[in-house]
Amino acid sequence: MAAVFKNPVIRWIDHRLPVFSYLQHEANDYPTPKNLSYWWNFGSIAGFMLMVMIATGIFLAMQYTPHVDHAFNSVERIMRDVNYGWLLRYIHMNGASMFFIAVYIHIFRGIYYGSFKPPRELLWIIGVVILLLMMATAFMGYVLPWGQMSFWGATVITNLFSAFPWVGPKIVTLLWGGFAVDNPTLNRFFSLHYLLPFVILGAVVMHVIALHRFGSNNPTGIDMKGQQDSIPFHPYYTVKDLYGLGVFMLFYAFWVFYAPVALGDPDNFVPANPLQTPPEIVPEWYFLPFYAILRSIPNKLVGVIAMFSSILVLFVLPWLDRSPVRSGAFRPAFKRFFWMLVFDCAILMFCGKYPPTNYWMPFDLTVMSPDDIIAGTKLVVDDLGSITFANGHFGIQIIFLGQLAAIYYFAFFIVILPLLSIFERTLPLPLSISKAVLPQGGGGLQQPAAAKAMEKA
Amino acid sequence: MADHAQTAQGAGETRRDFLYLMSASAAAFGTAAVVWPFIDMMNPSSDVLALSSIEVDISGVQVGQAITVKWRGKPVFIRHRTPEEIASAQKADPEVDAKGHVIANPAGLRDPQTDASRVKKPEWLILVGVCTHLGCVPLGQKSSDPRGEFGGWYCPCHGSQYDTSGRIRKGPAPLDLEVPAYAFEKDTVVKIG
Repeated sequence: MAAVFKNPVIRWIDHRLPVFSYLQHEANDYPTPKNLSYWWNFGSIAGFMLMVMIATGIFLAMQYTPHVDHAFNSVERIMRDVNYGWLLRYIHMNGASMFFIAVYIHIFRGIYYGSFKPPRELLWIIGVVILLLMMATAFMGYVLPWGQMSFWGATVITNLFSAFPWVGPKIVTLLWGGFAVDNPTLNRFFSLHYLLPFVILGAVVMHVIALHRFGSNNPTGIDMKGQQDSIPFHPYYTVKDLYGLGVFMLFYAFWVFYAPVALGDPDNFVPANPLQTPPEIVPEWYFLPFYAILRSIPNKLVGVIAMFSSILVLFVLPWLDRSPVRSGAFRPAFKRFFWMLVFDCAILMFCGKYPPTNYWMPFDLTVMSPDDIIAGTKLVVDDLGSITFANGHFGIQIIFLGQLAAIYYFAFFIVILPLLSIFERTLPLPLSISKAVLPQGGGGLQQPAAAKAMEKA
Repeated sequence: MADHAQTAQGAGETRRDFLYLMSASAAAFGTAAVVWPFIDMMNPSSDVLALSSIEVDISGVQVGQAITVKWRGKPVFIRHRTPEEIASAQKADPEVDAKGHVIANPAGLRDPQTDASRVKKPEWLILVGVCTHLGCVPLGQKSSDPRGEFGGWYCPCHGSQYDTSGRIRKGPAPLDLEVPAYAFEKDTVVKIG
């Protein structure tokens, strides 16, 4: 069912290589639910960020030297001497953060609206694979400038694998290519940092193929039941995606031009020193929740397993949340637990930022170190990790807060979702997308009960 | 006739199964043989392995002082222990039998080892200065550094505390600080590696 094109050249090519038919079918006519909200923008924004990262990365690689003696200086040279080097590097650096912002919103949207539910399980699983690849790529990219945080971040993360019994130390030596993070490590990280984005690109293509099999989910979570529920992707969603992208770009440009190093760590302006660990090793913001889970468990192996599990649990999400209702809009109990999960991830992020032995003072809005506490205000320390001060204010040890947050994170997926699938009383679903979104119920038959339920949601 | 055909067919299937099995194992073996050089290429190369020993002059290290040297890309701590530090390390020793098996561990060491088994000369404590948790370099080499509750080393990353024998006493690290292979060439020169 090749499309017919007016231009004879396009017609000639399309007859032999049907790329234009393919684009016409998948990007132009592609029927899309007519009620997609702006939460559906972040997939295309993430795709755009991947392109930005690949484009800037290719040009940065032309100026970068992957050697322990030259890496740091070559990055400084990019910043000072290379034409527009500062711009491309800041776009790339902050681009990683923007990519993660887009992807995290995209993931939370998928969880809220049940976009992982049948028949979209594989679409979701490919997405989790993309997330894992992104994390590996971001981690290795962060090592390349060879600052203190690059070096020690690489040391701590590669050492995670030493937790596994027997093979652990061998794996770590294999990752390093030596007995510590050194030049061979930097070289292989550069090689893989260049490779993985193209692997991600391949996974994104599969993600889109799987998406187009059944089409986008939508805020009501019910399937399209005919032409009246859909509109062609172009121009309706191309223009909506472009508008959202423009707003996102303003946000992105703010960081690039006004706060280019605000998301980074000052320690990475110090060249790597293998003999001195910085006072605190803190990963970039997008890894903080996982780092907090790692640190909240005192046992090394269990901590490492918990950290990996926090992402791996997403793979089985379609089989944990078995509620037949996709959209959180019709699931009153789920909705509350979902927002608690979002809040919980924010707490984990906060816990990952501070040393585990410090105390969070909820009424003073500060974090205090034990040294400050020894300085005289301590009154009562109890076994639960809370502390009460002479002035009546109390503090909670970061590690304890992190443990609570980690417990909720896993409980949400492993306990709450399976139970909700059984016990939750969901609201009545609208009969169709049209009936849900059009004021008169989309013409035709009136369904007052369904329309009422929708208003409540 | 029918019997004969069936037997022949059966025999044919057995032979085919055998061929499948053989070709599959040949393919698996061949794939492994091709993959292994790629994996092993990532392991430490000969020049990295060749840099495996150093000699250190320790004549200038006074009692109570410590120095850090670099060996195989890692810091090695050489600490000239005071008599008090040696005594406090020995106080926490587990009881061992003649074969070195632990029979009692009153100090509750996580990775019980006697101080004597971790040193060649009691005054010289030589350790790989890498926290066994996630590989940070513990603080405690300078007298102004925090040394934790047990007077040895304190890891700033996740709060592991080591005693004056480099044994893990508190915090998330699972093992004692590693003792590298070393030998005293002379009284003032130690060869590490």
